[in-house]
Amino acid sequence: MIVAASAPLSPRFRPGDRVRVRRADPPGHLRTPFYCRGRAGRIERFCGAFPNPEELAYNRAGLPSQPLYRVRFRQTELWPDYTGSAADTIEIEIYQHWLEPGEATE
Amino acid sequence: MSELDEDHHHGHPTAPDEDGPLGYYRTLEVAVRELLIAKGVITVEALRRQIELMDGAHAGRGSLLVARAWVDPAFKARALEDGSAACRELGLEVGALRLIVVESTERLHNLVVCTLCSCYPRPLLGLPPDWYKSRAYRARAVREPRAVLAEFGTLIPDEIEVRVHDSTADMRYLVLPERPADTEGWSEEQLAALVTRDAMIGVARAIRPGP
Repeated sequence: MIVAASAPLSPRFRPGDRVRVRRADPPGHLRTPFYCRGRAGRIERFCGAFPNPEELAYNRAGLPSQPLYRVRFRQTELWPDYTGSAADTIEIEIYQHWLEPGEATE
Repeated sequence: MSELDEDHHHGHPTAPDEDGPLGYYRTLEVAVRELLIAKGVITVEALRRQIELMDGAHAGRGSLLVARAWVDPAFKARALEDGSAACRELGLEVGALRLIVVESTERLHNLVVCTLCSCYPRPLLGLPPDWYKSRAYRARAVREPRAVLAEFGTLIPDEIEVRVHDSTADMRYLVLPERPADTEGWSEEQLAALVTRDAMIGVARAIRPGP
């Protein structure tokens, strides 16, 4: 294995950053739930870098490793008809290649 | 005679025997397992031991971490920073598990779900309950968590934030429930008995000591 070629990708985002999940529907094994695609949230924490599960699922190495974050969303951002408190939140683990910088007017 | 007795003549529930022909994936699993053993990649003993370990894990292990966090604020801070390291500090073997401990307080209630499958901190809680793996729980816990909690008997007032954790990737989650009132001076062992599996998933609170 060539170590230099497998250095993890650098994290683009920091805790508190606004992000938006890509609205995409590629084929294959994906771990980004449909219900958060296209939605805006904030980085809660960086979890480290891990081999990309979309590659691992097909017996490939998944390198370079993808930074993984926990992203916090307001429930009302995900479900327009959410019936609980407006303060309710959800945190989802999302890989960096699914995230774009978010707008300032979230 | 109750319906239960009619269904189970031995007086206790039993798993149904699966006497039919193996399906495609069961056949594939058996074939791969037998090949791995035949080629010496794994041994029957190692396989049996791993099953025994998985079946032997139970929520009593997770409750030790919660009880320690309740009595030791410095340990709690370390557990919230790095859950896996906190487990090792207590001698709880968690292997490669990447644990995140989330703390419920008087202003925040945490609930864990894996919408994609059944990710669960098995070394600390044992095998997940069937309802945790059900499509109904997985879909509804993110969509209407307060309704799901209410069905478990856990009513969360509107002024308390409900935060759902969707375990979609490489992390696993354990809820550190709020310590019940009237437990001052209790030993860790006494406290651990108040911490159920459901409290560490977040569908329930810790048990309140009775009068």
